[in-house]
Amino acid sequence: MENLTFNLSETPVSALNRYLHHEAPKGAARKILVTHPDGAHNIAVGLDCPVEVEIQGHAGYYAGGMNKHGKVVIKGSAGTGVGENMMSGVVHVRGFASNGAGASAHGGLLIIDGDAGLRCGISLKGGDIVVGGSVGSFSAFMAQAGRMVICGDAGDALGDSLYEAVLYVKGNIKSLGADARIEPLTEADIAAIAHLLQQAGLDHDPKDFKRVASKRELYHWNADANQEY
Amino acid sequence: MCGIVGLLVKKPALRERLGEMMVPMLIGMTERGPDSAGLAVFGAPVGEHERKISLYSGLMADGARFNWQDMARELGARLGVAARVAASGNHAILTTAIDAETVKRWLAEQYPGLFILSTGKSIDLYKDIGTPAEVANRYGFDKLKGTHLVGHTRMATESAVTPDRAHPFTAGEDFCLVHNGSLSNPYGIRRKLEPRGIHFETDNDTEAACRFLEWRLREGDTLEDALKKGFEELDGFYTFLMGTGDALALIRDPFACKPAVVAETDDYVAIASEFRSLAHLPDIENAHVFEPAPEEMYVWKI
Repeated sequence: MENLTFNLSETPVSALNRYLHHEAPKGAARKILVTHPDGAHNIAVGLDCPVEVEIQGHAGYYAGGMNKHGKVVIKGSAGTGVGENMMSGVVHVRGFASNGAGASAHGGLLIIDGDAGLRCGISLKGGDIVVGGSVGSFSAFMAQAGRMVICGDAGDALGDSLYEAVLYVKGNIKSLGADARIEPLTEADIAAIAHLLQQAGLDHDPKDFKRVASKRELYHWNADANQEY
Repeated sequence: MCGIVGLLVKKPALRERLGEMMVPMLIGMTERGPDSAGLAVFGAPVGEHERKISLYSGLMADGARFNWQDMARELGARLGVAARVAASGNHAILTTAIDAETVKRWLAEQYPGLFILSTGKSIDLYKDIGTPAEVANRYGFDKLKGTHLVGHTRMATESAVTPDRAHPFTAGEDFCLVHNGSLSNPYGIRRKLEPRGIHFETDNDTEAACRFLEWRLREGDTLEDALKKGFEELDGFYTFLMGTGDALALIRDPFACKPAVVAETDDYVAIASEFRSLAHLPDIENAHVFEPAPEEMYVWKI
């Protein structure tokens, strides 16, 4: 078992992904190195076994999307939809991530060392996201389950129409979305933040974070609210 | 979907290689925009009293067989002015020593099918239908020299696939704009501008943004003030990249649905919709790569 390299300047992404889907589950290689990613789309999508993929450069759209059991490390930035719809495993972006990072992830852990763009964690369904930098506007929109730890700032409308996902923010929140509110940190929150930070390799005091969760006022339609929430 | 590219070189030596550096950027955006492509390149300005006009004959019956030299001779004789033309196929750059409006009026009367692509002292403009590689090849984009450029690959959504609806759009002198996205109020903008005597050439939504911003600049706004008014007036999705005689400017709408990424080194600033158009650039491994934020103005001067 040794490392296997795919040079995307010579080999198409489809060949890499075919290997990851059909050969990697047989345990042929310990670690897959992807060189010259050069912003290609769909790198290492749909992993379904505990393989490790290291992307040595900038990835395009949907890198590590639909990941199950795998570990994808991007030594560069990631385009739109990194780790989208992840089921389990880890996707780690060493640089910044564009819009829609971790959208609708059901499980697993998405780590972004730098900033994330808009709509990070939109419709999160149970996955965990740790962002070392800041997140853009409309992050965690309609997030149903899972946790987000944001070490920097959050943009406008954080957690708009939030369900049961919980967000922890260290920096400033430009504005909260409808039905999102700041709540006191519990001991369980502090333990959860500490654990997620430790997994992400980030050093912050968990007590410095604010907890954002749903007011649950949008759960039931209220005729008296006159559409104002 | 559409693709945007921009390049501004900081070192005079690189001006010779501007086109050569850009062609892979444009071709890298083929998947985002396979139906048309265009490019505005800004170089050394012509003389104080001269103007350059980029012209396109592809909408006329003669097409690439159009006799540019005869046209230039006739124009020179009738208007009593020196006129020189650098032509290749259906494209030509006409340089004259009188004001552009007189030339344009004469052209509209004598050659009503001739399409005016751009006017100014330092802008040359090319656009046509075809894949980015075909268009780049047709006009020899790799040979172009200059300080900065704005390019576009189009996947039409809001108006037909024709050369005049390809980007960049221009208005006034030495100003162009390319757009990835779609505007929801182009007709509202148009109804504001037309009563002021501003004439539209197509039904394309991007033309409304281009003419709005150029109108603000002509009214005396700085580029920053014009863009600020753009944020207030233009509704829809957009990443806009604009070129002026001495700058590139980039803005994204508040929802930032349309992508953009910037790579900057000591030698150049390169802008593209996606990183895959920047990956081939020299020293890209050491470039400062970042995603421009929504509702921010980015202006790079030559």
